[in-house]
Amino acid sequence: MLFKQSPSPHIKQSLSVHDMMFMVIYALVPGALASIYFFGWGVLFNLAIAISICLATEAIILKLRQRDVAHTLQDGSALLTACLLALALPSLAPWWITAIASISAIAVAKHLYGGLGFNPFNPAMVGYIVVMISFPLEMTLWSAPLGVNDGWPDFSTTFNWVFLGALPYGETIDSISMATPIELIKTQLNQMHDITETRNSKEFSALFSGLSGAGWQWINLCFLAGGLWLVKKDVADWRIPTAFLITLVLISNIFSVIDYSTNSSTLFHVFSGGTMLCAFFIATDPVTASTTPKGRWIYGIGIAALVYIIRSWGGYPDGIAFAVVLMNMAAPLIDYYTQPKVYGDPNK
Amino acid sequence: MRILHHHMQVKLKIMNRNHNQLEEGILSKFDGGLKLVGHKQVSTGSAISSITPGKHYVIPLQQHIGAISQVLVKSGDRVLKGQMIAKRGDLISAAIHAPVSGVVTDIKQHAVPHVSGLSDECIFIENDFKDEWIERNPLGDDYNHTASPNLRKIIRDAGIVGLGGATFPASVKQTEINLKTLILNGAECEPYISCDDILMRERAAEIISGADIIGHIIKARRCIIAIEDNKPEAIKAIQAVIDEDGTGFFRIQAIPTIYPSGGEKQLIKIITGKEVPMNRFPAEIDVLCHNVATAYAIHRAIYFAEPLISRITTITGQGIKQPQNIEVLIGTPMQACIEHCGGYTEDSDELIMGGPMMGFTLKSDDLPIVKATNCLLVTTKEKEMPEQHHMPCIRCGKCVDVCPVRLLPQQLYWYASSKNTDRLLEHNLFDCIECGCCAYVCPSDIPLVQYYRAAKTTFIQQERERKASDIARQRHEAHQFRLEKQKKERAERLRKKREMLKNKSNDKEADKKDSKQAAIADAVARAQAKKAERLKENKAADQDIK
Repeated sequence: MLFKQSPSPHIKQSLSVHDMMFMVIYALVPGALASIYFFGWGVLFNLAIAISICLATEAIILKLRQRDVAHTLQDGSALLTACLLALALPSLAPWWITAIASISAIAVAKHLYGGLGFNPFNPAMVGYIVVMISFPLEMTLWSAPLGVNDGWPDFSTTFNWVFLGALPYGETIDSISMATPIELIKTQLNQMHDITETRNSKEFSALFSGLSGAGWQWINLCFLAGGLWLVKKDVADWRIPTAFLITLVLISNIFSVIDYSTNSSTLFHVFSGGTMLCAFFIATDPVTASTTPKGRWIYGIGIAALVYIIRSWGGYPDGIAFAVVLMNMAAPLIDYYTQPKVYGDPNK
Repeated sequence: MRILHHHMQVKLKIMNRNHNQLEEGILSKFDGGLKLVGHKQVSTGSAISSITPGKHYVIPLQQHIGAISQVLVKSGDRVLKGQMIAKRGDLISAAIHAPVSGVVTDIKQHAVPHVSGLSDECIFIENDFKDEWIERNPLGDDYNHTASPNLRKIIRDAGIVGLGGATFPASVKQTEINLKTLILNGAECEPYISCDDILMRERAAEIISGADIIGHIIKARRCIIAIEDNKPEAIKAIQAVIDEDGTGFFRIQAIPTIYPSGGEKQLIKIITGKEVPMNRFPAEIDVLCHNVATAYAIHRAIYFAEPLISRITTITGQGIKQPQNIEVLIGTPMQACIEHCGGYTEDSDELIMGGPMMGFTLKSDDLPIVKATNCLLVTTKEKEMPEQHHMPCIRCGKCVDVCPVRLLPQQLYWYASSKNTDRLLEHNLFDCIECGCCAYVCPSDIPLVQYYRAAKTTFIQQERERKASDIARQRHEAHQFRLEKQKKERAERLRKKREMLKNKSNDKEADKKDSKQAAIADAVARAQAKKAERLKENKAADQDIK
């Protein structure tokens, strides 16, 4: 009797790349819902635009590269990139900002380097950086969070602005948008208003309510919850978020103790901006992160240090995209020098 | 002061921990590993059954690690059961014996159960059903007064190899003496395989007797029998024998069921807390490790003068009608074993020799059972068909977390695909034990072990070719050098000859010249003398005139 042959092992765990990608997407749901709740229709539009353009770009390029389009699209990686990008972009970004970022992410950052598994830089962050550098003004267009001033604009105002660039009669973009807390502190500091003054001023007290600003604290807490689930399910590595958060806490603590009037508090750093999204969903992107156990500690620490440096002394309000891409560059080197000592190594 | 004292005590405790670990039964952990579903009960439902002897036996000459055995018989010879038909080919090699009495019908190439799927030299024996044994003089209890080298010789001549799967010649491992600890490996960590489990349940006394013999050979101080905690019946059976023994030499150690705890190095780490140094043998850390089935075979060799001509094999899997453990003669065709177990089910799919993690698929069942055949596993089609093309590696690092050797499988895969030999060696490719944990967890379904095996083979081939070309080059260079030397020597000889000739002729010429000059000088002298005489005479004449 003849039999067919296959390589060992002959049993396998069932978790596939597809499963992992979709688990990450599910874990994004609480944070995404919080974002929608606090920033309104704009977030939904971002998601819709990013998903359709990312998937379309992926499909076209796979076709050009003569790959199996349907099969590869199912792996969920392009969908995940789209979701991360949409949640990172400002809620009132015009459609073409999202479109350019999506195309840059998928076509340039992912497929020019060989597609899934071969990209040295995090695609979503590359897309974000492209629009951040090219269109800095549009990248500040966040609406006021729910509960601050008038909150987010209604469906038709948002739709007209995002897709047509039109505003209601007599209004300017400034009247429907508002700086984020993290951005505001930076601009106020530049105008010699220290942090206590800014936070306590009548104008901004609503924005700075709670732990780290209205809305933002909840969004970050929701991403934290989703992230912890991912770590528990062993889909995201636990070392990177741990190293990242501990380092951020330590550094921000040291500086705020030294001078709390010009350095934001630890709570503010940890629960504001994209901190939790970065810690559990962006820094943990396996393809572009360090892959050795020790290397992942270094990688997480590096991102946190860079985030703090850029936030405090750099030209951008939230330095996550730059910090991640800079550490992406360092990942191969980190991997090379952090090889674990194998069983029986005399130098162990 | 008290604090200091306490501190020192703690330190001493830590220092002694490794030392005491063995006595106190504290266990260590190896890195990585997997919790797998055992599926042992599939084949442990019934006792070991013996299979009725058939007519034809095919015995491969290479059933062990090391040099191929050398044939001692020729076609047409009558052989007795247990007769040595091939002797060991080198220091690391094993003898091979006739499993039945009968006639050698042929010695030729035949397909053998091997990863490569290739054929090898085999001895064909036709059974005469007389069951005529060769003359046997068992040593029995006398082993206690027999010197280690003599016992080792008996084990060597019985062709006993490691029966856990590695088939390393057993006597070679026992050459180091005064090793403190003998570890008997009854872990049997691969799913489905239950031959050691059932052997421990049914023949515990024989195993312990074998262990005592090994302990005597290496003068061990203690013997630890390590069994995974998913085999409570085996543990009970062995414990009963140890209790009866009462010498305190043996100790049973239940270990957690984590694959691959049965790997020699992993088991040594669990039991002793120490790691076998790289490229060294366990003897380096005072340990010898043997499989329980090997100990059983040694018992048979000493008490019955019976060479290794049979073993227990698990025939199991959903693709077999009556999975069970059978005692089978080496050389029995696999088909006969399968038939003995009720044959294949209708949806049987793959035939695997070994377990599902490290075993390899066989192309056909027209193959003999060999010393390494611990298990034949037949799967069914319900097994999820792996996709034809695997996904790219997303560097998730799950493979790193499960690797028991602390390798970086994802990096090895990367360098193996790009054929970067230097990097592969830097990442310790050859420390990979091919346990398959990395491939088991890989979400991209990459057959990682396959890549590593291929990379190892390519490297070994390249090295061989490099050595061959080095030798050829050295020969060529030596030849050139010799030619050059001869040429130089010839030139030198020629030059010397020429010089000599030249010198000779010079001498002659010089002689000639000298005589001429002397003659001239003489002549000049003579002429001057005459002239002076003449002048004198003239002067005298002048004076005379005056």
